[in-house]
Amino acid sequence: MSTLNNGSQRTLIKAERLKKHFPLSSSFFTGKGGEVRAVDGVNLEILEGETLGLVGESGCGKSTLGRTILQLHKPTEGSVKFEDQDLVTMEGSELRRMRSHMQIVFQDPYSSLNPRMTVREIVGEPLEIHNVAHGKARKERVNELLERVGLNPQMASRYPHEFSGGQRQRIGVARALALNPSFIVADEPISALDVSIQAQVVNLLLDLQKELNLTYLFITHDLSMVRYICDRVAVMYLGKIVELGSVDEIYENPQHPYTQALLSAVPVPDPLVEERRQRIILEGDVPSPAHPPAGCNFNTRCPLAFDRCMKTDPELKELLPGHQVACYAVEESIRSQL
Amino acid sequence: MTDYILDVKDLATRFHTDSGIVNAVNGISYTLEESETLGIVGESGCGKSVHALSLMRLIPIPPGEIYQGEVLYKDKDLLKEQDNEMRRIRGGEIAMIFQDPMTSLNPVMTIGKQITEALHLHTGMDDLAARERAAEMLDLVGIPEAKQRLDSFPHEFSGGMRQRAMIAMALSCSPSILIADEPTTALDVTIQAQIIDLIRRLRDKLGMAIIWITHDLGIMAGLAEKLNVMYAGYIVEKAPVKQLYGDPRHPYTLGLLKSLPRVDQRKAGERLIPIDGRPPDLLGLPKGCPFESRCSYAIDRCKKENPALELVDTDHEIACWVDVKTGKPREVVA
Repeated sequence: MSTLNNGSQRTLIKAERLKKHFPLSSSFFTGKGGEVRAVDGVNLEILEGETLGLVGESGCGKSTLGRTILQLHKPTEGSVKFEDQDLVTMEGSELRRMRSHMQIVFQDPYSSLNPRMTVREIVGEPLEIHNVAHGKARKERVNELLERVGLNPQMASRYPHEFSGGQRQRIGVARALALNPSFIVADEPISALDVSIQAQVVNLLLDLQKELNLTYLFITHDLSMVRYICDRVAVMYLGKIVELGSVDEIYENPQHPYTQALLSAVPVPDPLVEERRQRIILEGDVPSPAHPPAGCNFNTRCPLAFDRCMKTDPELKELLPGHQVACYAVEESIRSQL
Repeated sequence: MTDYILDVKDLATRFHTDSGIVNAVNGISYTLEESETLGIVGESGCGKSVHALSLMRLIPIPPGEIYQGEVLYKDKDLLKEQDNEMRRIRGGEIAMIFQDPMTSLNPVMTIGKQITEALHLHTGMDDLAARERAAEMLDLVGIPEAKQRLDSFPHEFSGGMRQRAMIAMALSCSPSILIADEPTTALDVTIQAQIIDLIRRLRDKLGMAIIWITHDLGIMAGLAEKLNVMYAGYIVEKAPVKQLYGDPRHPYTLGLLKSLPRVDQRKAGERLIPIDGRPPDLLGLPKGCPFESRCSYAIDRCKKENPALELVDTDHEIACWVDVKTGKPREVVA
């Protein structure tokens, strides 16, 4: 785990006012279409060498945000800069060149590897597409990558089905590393794995980060894991980031009522702790991102909501040092304490 | 002798497949007391779900085969019951809820119809009474406007509401045992907290016993009274919940707890300790202990003989030749 040297770290990725809306197919009867606001105005900086955790529940837009940053989805609005170069305006070969710096590891190691390709072909494919290594050089590079992720290069001629879930995820990591990227979006990379295997893959990712100076955006719903591997964490709800800060700060001192409920809902594997724990049980379900409520997105479930929250949407603001929160109630309570 | 509502003895289930015999459950025994919550914890393929389906005689035969054991429920062996008697018990006296509420509810039948169907079958209530009872159950599990929602179809419910509807259905006939097979795994963590809170309240109110099957040691800590840890079709550790987390004695349980991150604490620079390797292939289990190849405590004997469960403390049993505290062969407690 890399340590944060306050402020002196370079910004690698900068997303501003980023939006991704998916159109709903218009209905023949009503003629109305509408749209799903998967990502709805996100400002986010990712610092070089850090692991930024992006957490939230299903449908909150965390995967879409990761993919929109990588330009795997074209943003509806806003900008994404990679080392000060705007990715949104790039096209064709220019964007493809940038892709060698930014890679993704997917959730499902069963469906993200082509079953008809050998491991050598899968890991070597990025080298082929980007025309960087051929023949013997490519073979050597693939062997090196497999060794790096803890797989025996002699298994390179096998097919994905011959590997276990944990090993497949290692293959996915090797493929992502093939072009020496500096930034990797890890989209729920361990969710499909058994508990005893998860720690193997997580430790691999941490070791690789140290050796290769990688920057990670780690997308997950597993809040316990984030505490172990991330430097900072962003909490997402219904297309927006509601709280952002260092992992220790967010976990020890959560401010947003959603973050508080989320953290209190995670069970702790210790009966003595569970006996004393107070859970905040949220009422109801997450509203549909096609019809978000007016005002703050969280107002339908929020225990603190007051009239202002029904009208306007709070912005993400630094309310405590290095700790950003998007909540009127928190803002007022902190202000009243000053 | 009849303190137990369920007494499982040496239950074993295997599947005959094209590639050979899959040994899913390999002789497990345990007891369940009235109103007790028992957790069964293990990873994919450890046999926890197959064991539950075996109790309910829901294993497809063939390819499945329950080839050994007894399941004593109120002194009757469920494995020997007639099919029609089993149908009466299933859903009526022993109910089950599953992981995925979307695939276990009938998509073309209203929620109300699905609940009343069970009531007709098991209690012989007439239409009006059954509908009344169904609405009452939906209300009990916290579905707003329960009467109107009886006419909704499953796709009109969210994931959390579907799981609530399934719980309402399972509990509508007042079962004495509820088998819950990963009922919250498909749900988000805040919805999971709602459902666990609900089941806990219903348990205290209705007094049924629960067998909760899960891979999540976190959930069980606040819910179960005792736990069975399964590995490769065997129960490898059995203990009251505080004992299991506070003083785990089987290397697998110990490994699981060390590889698990905790949301409530972390020491700076602390890393998770994974369990190396992966579970054995159930097609050809090793002769010795199934955990031997991944176990850092393994001794020569572990390769040759598979240890049986033995008592190491009050109500605490493990299947292991080694004492994890000393790393030496265990002195057998007489």
